[in-house]
Amino acid sequence: MDRKDFVEGAKDSVAIVVGYFSVSFTFGIVAAQAGLSPFLATLMSLTNVTSAGQFAGLNLIIAQSSYLEMFLTQLVINLRYGLMSLSLSQHLDKKATTGKRLLIAFANTDEIFAVSVVKPHKVSPSYMAGLEIFPILSWALGTFFGAVANNLLPAAVSSALGIALYGMFVAIVMPVARSHKSVAIAVILAACLSLAFHYVPGLKAISSGFTIIICTIAASALAAWLFPVPEDDGGDAA
Amino acid sequence: MKIYLYIILMAVTTYLIRMLPLVLFQKPIRSGFIKSFLYYVPYTCLTVMTIPAIFTSTASVISATVGFIVAVILGYYRKSLPVVAAFACLAVFITERIM
Repeated sequence: MDRKDFVEGAKDSVAIVVGYFSVSFTFGIVAAQAGLSPFLATLMSLTNVTSAGQFAGLNLIIAQSSYLEMFLTQLVINLRYGLMSLSLSQHLDKKATTGKRLLIAFANTDEIFAVSVVKPHKVSPSYMAGLEIFPILSWALGTFFGAVANNLLPAAVSSALGIALYGMFVAIVMPVARSHKSVAIAVILAACLSLAFHYVPGLKAISSGFTIIICTIAASALAAWLFPVPEDDGGDAA
Repeated sequence: MKIYLYIILMAVTTYLIRMLPLVLFQKPIRSGFIKSFLYYVPYTCLTVMTIPAIFTSTASVISATVGFIVAVILGYYRKSLPVVAAFACLAVFITERIM
């Protein structure tokens, strides 16, 4: 374990820790209202560490859906993680053995992926450990407190915190889009596709999980075809 | 008991999706197209998740739009993640107090 890398990861996770607490707090409230005990809600958060998947799973539990439906829903909603893991796989350094990859995979969430994959250098397992451990705890604790408190957070505060994670995404994308025109165009493409999938009749019937996958693949493939990344910049210098 | 099976099924499915690509694709990818493709994935994926979801992430579209604009401006000037996130929240909070 490289202490310096671990600390760097932990520092990079601060915004995620704060964002996760507010989101998982909300999840805890919803889970409690759905009839889950604080223990079960926390267990779900601790073992899944995914927002969209858990909210969807909760709906299926309330509806007493079949296990097949549960499996397919989780597969579709979370398939984007497969794409992120594929991208992150190329960004882990030599110390990332198969055993360590098995651990790192556990919490490759949208936000963990976003922060780690845009580091200018390849990242080590120690860095990933520092980056993942506190958000996991925050995610579980937030759920627990949400389920126990079940509506103590003033509405005004929870509304304002709702934008935190998206603010973080914007903060990741903007600086790179500013200095790389190709990224800016890829991002605009992605935004237009996403808007189309949310508002155009027919397209909007497609689930949000599939929408993320389709738009990400289409915009990235088009950008890769239009603006191939130079070899020395390839993948890692993201 | 059924609830435990649901939770285990969710956890295992989610974990396998995250784990398999990390373990199976350990060698550097040589294809120029795939490398370029993977270079763009983080930015396009985050954008798709942000737009249009950010506009419905708060109590009103107006406060969310103000928060979004604040985030874009601060992001453009390369402010750090916690700073951008915090000011976006603050902008939403203030907007909703004025409204």
